[in-house]
Amino acid sequence: MAISTMTQQPLSMRLLAAWRRFILWLTRPQVVLALIMLVLMFYMVIIPLYKLVETTVTWQLSDLSRFPDAEVGGLTAFHWVRMLTGIFGRIYTYTPLQHSMTIAIGTVVLSLLIGGSLAWLVVRTDMPGRKLVNQLAVLPYIMPSWTLAQAWLVLFKNRLAGGAPGMYEAVLGVSPPDWLSYGPVPIIICCALHYYTFFFLFVSAALMSIDSNLEEAGELMGASRWRILRKITLPLVLPALLSGFIMTFSKVMGTFGGPNILGSPVKYYVVATMLRGSLAAGDRADAFVLAIVLIMFAMVTISLNQRLVGTRRSYETIGGRGFVANASKLRNMKKIILTGVIIFQLLVLIVPLGLLSYDTFLLRTGDYSFSNLSLQNWIGQPNPLYNDGEPGVLLNPRVYKTAWNSIKLALYTAFFTALLGVLLGYSIVKGRGTRLSKLVDQLAYIPYVIPGIAFGAVYIAMFARKIGPLPSLYGTFALLVIVSVAKHIPYSSRSGVSAMMQVGRELEEAAQVAGANVWQRFRRIIFPLTTSGFVSGFLLTFITTMRELSLIILLVTRDTQLLASLTMKYVEAGRDQMANIVILILVAITVTGNAIIGRFRGGSLKKGLGM
Amino acid sequence: METTIRINNLTKKFGEVLALDHVSLVIEPGTFVTLLGPSGCGKTTLLRCVAGLEDPNGGEIYIGNKLVFSYDKGISLQSSKRELGLVFQNYALWPHMKVDKNITFALEIQKMPKAEMEKRVKESLKEVQMEGYEDRYPREMSGGQQQRIALARMLAYRPKVFLMDEPLSNLDARLRMDMRAELKRLHHISGATTIYVTHDQVEALTMSTYIAVMKEGVVQQFDTPDKVYHFPANLFVADFIGNPKVNLLDGVVSGKNAIDFGKFKITMNTSTASGKVVVGIRPEDIIVSERPEPGAVEFNAYSVLPSGADSTIVARLGETELTIRVMGISKIKMDQKIWLSFDPQTLNLYDKETSNLIAS
Repeated sequence: MAISTMTQQPLSMRLLAAWRRFILWLTRPQVVLALIMLVLMFYMVIIPLYKLVETTVTWQLSDLSRFPDAEVGGLTAFHWVRMLTGIFGRIYTYTPLQHSMTIAIGTVVLSLLIGGSLAWLVVRTDMPGRKLVNQLAVLPYIMPSWTLAQAWLVLFKNRLAGGAPGMYEAVLGVSPPDWLSYGPVPIIICCALHYYTFFFLFVSAALMSIDSNLEEAGELMGASRWRILRKITLPLVLPALLSGFIMTFSKVMGTFGGPNILGSPVKYYVVATMLRGSLAAGDRADAFVLAIVLIMFAMVTISLNQRLVGTRRSYETIGGRGFVANASKLRNMKKIILTGVIIFQLLVLIVPLGLLSYDTFLLRTGDYSFSNLSLQNWIGQPNPLYNDGEPGVLLNPRVYKTAWNSIKLALYTAFFTALLGVLLGYSIVKGRGTRLSKLVDQLAYIPYVIPGIAFGAVYIAMFARKIGPLPSLYGTFALLVIVSVAKHIPYSSRSGVSAMMQVGRELEEAAQVAGANVWQRFRRIIFPLTTSGFVSGFLLTFITTMRELSLIILLVTRDTQLLASLTMKYVEAGRDQMANIVILILVAITVTGNAIIGRFRGGSLKKGLGM
Repeated sequence: METTIRINNLTKKFGEVLALDHVSLVIEPGTFVTLLGPSGCGKTTLLRCVAGLEDPNGGEIYIGNKLVFSYDKGISLQSSKRELGLVFQNYALWPHMKVDKNITFALEIQKMPKAEMEKRVKESLKEVQMEGYEDRYPREMSGGQQQRIALARMLAYRPKVFLMDEPLSNLDARLRMDMRAELKRLHHISGATTIYVTHDQVEALTMSTYIAVMKEGVVQQFDTPDKVYHFPANLFVADFIGNPKVNLLDGVVSGKNAIDFGKFKITMNTSTASGKVVVGIRPEDIIVSERPEPGAVEFNAYSVLPSGADSTIVARLGETELTIRVMGISKIKMDQKIWLSFDPQTLNLYDKETSNLIAS
């Protein structure tokens, strides 16, 4: 009957009705939001990626010196051929890629061992002090990843790269072997001691969500402990392991700080450091080829792994439910294991910070006696004998401006990211099952697989010049905010989705039926109920932005200098002590921020990661 | 408060799944209409379409004289403008607001004066017998109390139409009984047109003015509880309604007003029927005798299940099994011979092929 009434209507009426239906669809809040999010992500992710590719296949101004006939902007395969073939390819692409892979895989394995066993100890055993260990275990994530690298040098620096030797040599009188001072081994150790937190968080959440009945059932059937672990526990934890793998792998592939501190001085380059080198040398297109290679590599590895485990999108975590009743008894191993854990946490947290602090008080580097202690590096007046006459860090007005820049950036980014998270969560959850919602969800995942340094490169490509209505933002503070927000989209959308899922659709619908319009619904129902998700997203973003280096290292300029990049500047100028002071300031601000934000209702790092 | 709801040819698809298939219903003002059916039959979808929470893919909905939805005209009024009240299965009380704030939410949107709001809170809490609970948070109350508050929240802004989506299904059996009585009373006092979704046939039978039995997005029967129970329009409705279930016997029309079940025959009005048929017999309509009666059929008492007020007897004759309900505690022993007779007035005859009611 509906069909008959439709055919009776004149065409104009039917067109009008169709138009009205379209408008009705278009004005639904989840659709409006989804479309805004699509435009934003298009602007922040898709266009930059396109510009990145475009740059690598066209002639650049910098090519004119070698190819005077080249037409700038014209198509060419030159950059790709150069970067992927011959000696050039080997030096600039393949070797760094090999190094990056070595470090990424090494870090993943080591992080898995550390994070996985810590998670098991905390969740599944009767080890005393589990709660404290649980809290301390995430702290390394709060510190910048290269803190450990700097601390490593304080301890193990040798004469290979010049400069004063580290404590090891000063105390033992022998120089540490090169492999211990620089290169892959220390880089992997330092990265793993930072990034194991992902595995720790994911695995402990997964272990917590496993009903111990499943394992008990296996035990009742007479299966051995090892068999239970292999056949029941492991498959259940596998998605969490995969999440940890993807996260760690993609982070390490794009990490800059550690490899730059522990690799570059001995010419051990990874893709990230090589990329920055190429950019600094003015070969933008070459650098972008590296960025694309890095992105492709990260994407292929991640999708291969997802296929291997057979769970698409399994980076979604399993929420931790309830308390596990049956704890494994450690018995007489209890004390030994606890001691081991305490020593480990001391090594990861206290010792590095202690070493760094001690180092900053040395008047002459390499002399670790008490008589050499001084405040010169902190508050000393300019003295041509020390630091080439630079005053102490705290007397340098630029440092304050830089610190303020960092705080501002972290706050802005955290705010916009958390807000975006709630809005993304709303448009994805509310529009569940629609193609639009799926598209938003998938697009939001893209920045996840783009390594940090490559993301920075993408943004140079996009914002170096004015394109159409898009202004040139290079060198501005706004660009740093945009890139930081964009890089956090995957995390924010995930935590937003999980926050919205917890709210459930009925609570909003109840308000809808009671007569509330969209704005009233958001203000009185959705925002108040997602506060803890918002605060968690804010907290996570604040911390990661505060210490983010890989992402912004290519984008900062003299005026937009941040604490993280200032550290690198000092390191590269050979002023390690001043770098360490800046690191300590950075850590102090981050820890303070963490404590303040964590006080707000329901904020937690775990929730920020969408758990 | 008297509002008619008219639903014409309403169709709703979820992807390829047809959740509502050209549903048409007229809900008279002041009636209590239950949408009854198994899960996935489209009852909740229909309710949500009326509430404006889903957008149908065809048809029209009128609430009172207002056209709130029309696919062909491209009209869809927002739920906030439909002047409805909706009670959810999981109560959907806003956890961050105390009871009084939950209740005044809608009133604040209407910009009602404060004194009036306070009065409304008091009144509506009284109506659900929850006076003095203004300062509680939802989590500080039991499920039953929360459901009462959810009702009060709806009553407070006096919507023209009450919509209820399985409001009692999360409560335990006793509480459910009490709340049924309360809800029916509430409807009686307010006189608001009510659409009530449930999968519980007892709930539907006890509370409704009309029942719409649904299956796979199609309304199977829209009738009074009495009619739905005694004259089910098809085999699905017959089978879905009633506890213990209706007896459905396969037979063949063997002559004018005679149906042959193989082992025995019965006489009833066969109207125009011929060929294969199904006869529906309610368990309580079978007359049991412990000795032979004229026209009665001999069965074996396979199992006897007394339950206080009544007893259920499962009787067998070869492959044929009948469930019988008798009042009180039955004296019949298992494996005893019993004689069953059927009152032609109580029998319903269905076409085996179409499963529709032919004669009753």
